[in-house]
Amino acid sequence: MKRRSFIKKTAATSSIIGLSGLPLSSCSSETSKHITILHTNDVHSHIDSFPKDHSSFANLGGLARRASLVEAVRKENVNTLLLDAGDIFQGTPYFNFYGGELEFKLMSMLKYDAATLGNHDFDNGVDGLFAQLPHAKFDLVTANYDFTNTVLDGHTSPYKLYNLDGLKVGVYGIGIELEGLVTKALYKETVFLDPYEMMLETERTLKQVEKCDLIICLSHLGYSYKLQDKKPDDLTLASKSEFTDLIIGGHTHTFLEKPTIVKNKKERNILVNQVGCFGINVGRVDFYFDKDRNSTVDGISITV
Amino acid sequence: MILKIKHFVTFITIVLLSSCSNSNKKLSEIKGTQLRVDTTIIANTVIENFISPYKNRVNEVLDSTLTYAPKVISKTDGPYNTSAGNLMADIVFSESNPIFEARTGNSIDFVLLNHGGIRSIISKGNVSARNAYEVMPFENTIVIVKLSGSSVLEMIDYLIQSKRAHPVSGIQIVLNKENELQSLNIQGKPFVESKNYYVATSNYLVTGGDNMGFFRNVLEQTDTGYLIRNAMIDYFKKVDTLHTNVDDRFYKLN
Repeated sequence: MKRRSFIKKTAATSSIIGLSGLPLSSCSSETSKHITILHTNDVHSHIDSFPKDHSSFANLGGLARRASLVEAVRKENVNTLLLDAGDIFQGTPYFNFYGGELEFKLMSMLKYDAATLGNHDFDNGVDGLFAQLPHAKFDLVTANYDFTNTVLDGHTSPYKLYNLDGLKVGVYGIGIELEGLVTKALYKETVFLDPYEMMLETERTLKQVEKCDLIICLSHLGYSYKLQDKKPDDLTLASKSEFTDLIIGGHTHTFLEKPTIVKNKKERNILVNQVGCFGINVGRVDFYFDKDRNSTVDGISITV
Repeated sequence: MILKIKHFVTFITIVLLSSCSNSNKKLSEIKGTQLRVDTTIIANTVIENFISPYKNRVNEVLDSTLTYAPKVISKTDGPYNTSAGNLMADIVFSESNPIFEARTGNSIDFVLLNHGGIRSIISKGNVSARNAYEVMPFENTIVIVKLSGSSVLEMIDYLIQSKRAHPVSGIQIVLNKENELQSLNIQGKPFVESKNYYVATSNYLVTGGDNMGFFRNVLEQTDTGYLIRNAMIDYFKKVDTLHTNVDDRFYKLN
């Protein structure tokens, strides 16, 4: 919240400067706009870094280090969003002891902007998740879980909008089918809606109604499944999408060497990324916006 | 006056933003990288200090000695039953039976868990709650189901086919040389196919985990809400030494 008002103040200040110094010249300014997206997934209550004798992740991860990293990037670019693609909970005794309180409090301290829900975020039930909501000072987005008949009703939204440097960024969430992964007694009357349909509906709203300049999907579907499994995944989600610019995935704990470039329904290249698990890595995607839409060719240069 | 300035600033901002609405909006370039959270990053001390009381509390609880293991307790020290499996199944029996009896007036006949659900060994030496978290990290609860005699036979078939030492307690399964059922005793009495049996297990297995199909035909079900891990911790607090061995509850004749 504080950071938001800070951004607002900066915008107001710069407009005053613009007015007193070079009126209206800001429009022909040579600087392009730049938005940075930082993201995590499947942190699974890994608050401490791994011990030095750990067989796979020795000396890696840790919330206190992640905090410094995020701070440094924000210093470099104030127009940064910090996002998480779910499975915040379950994996260390911190969750067993405190039910997710510490995870949410720390994410709030790091000024996460939004997260979507993973299946393990239901491990203490919709009630257990509800009990921790007061500690989450960030938005929970999910477009395909209908919580109408649960305590979570009204506490999540399909998408959220963020204004950064005069650009409108829409962030929406897509969750995995809970049946088979989570006991019904825990997710209760949560209704799972088709992820592909809800993706199409939500991204269309963000583009055509909300007029977003950048559309980001937080997905907990999983990176990719074999065709015969017929389980929805991020690569398919990307190929079916029209307006989404970036899919940040989770669930499959996939350590990608670099973001995957996927052709969407309109043959436009978009990115699908996932950064493994346990807070070992933080993903970073930088979006640069041209100064004049009429003078540029349609191509977008992608470097990964 | 302050209000007026605010209004003026808002107005100017809107004017500037709207006048610029056609520029700076076309996505032209995307760069994707990955940042490693390693030792080159200096930890934020505010965050570290915030975590430390939580961390100290967790460590204090997890690392205080509850009992003692005179030898390594493992799930791989026997082909049909193991020291770790027997300990787990016996604990589920002894800790949940009083709850089940108090709630329903019935008694558990036997316990079945899954071999894959044991996630760690218990090393020789002092045993703490941390060991219980290592062996059983999942939030699985103890569920008691009523199974028909024919479902129990299906279960035996599953155990023979699976060739894994799934933990059991309160039951004795003897196989002949041909891997067929030689004898089956429950609570020391021969199995009766026309009888129903109360089986304590994990909610994970009842809801389809490990494809234990015989749990599809459950006649009655009582979820105690009691975590298997908490049953282990409660038991660790009661005994000063963990005595568990590979025994004759499930074996094959030579």
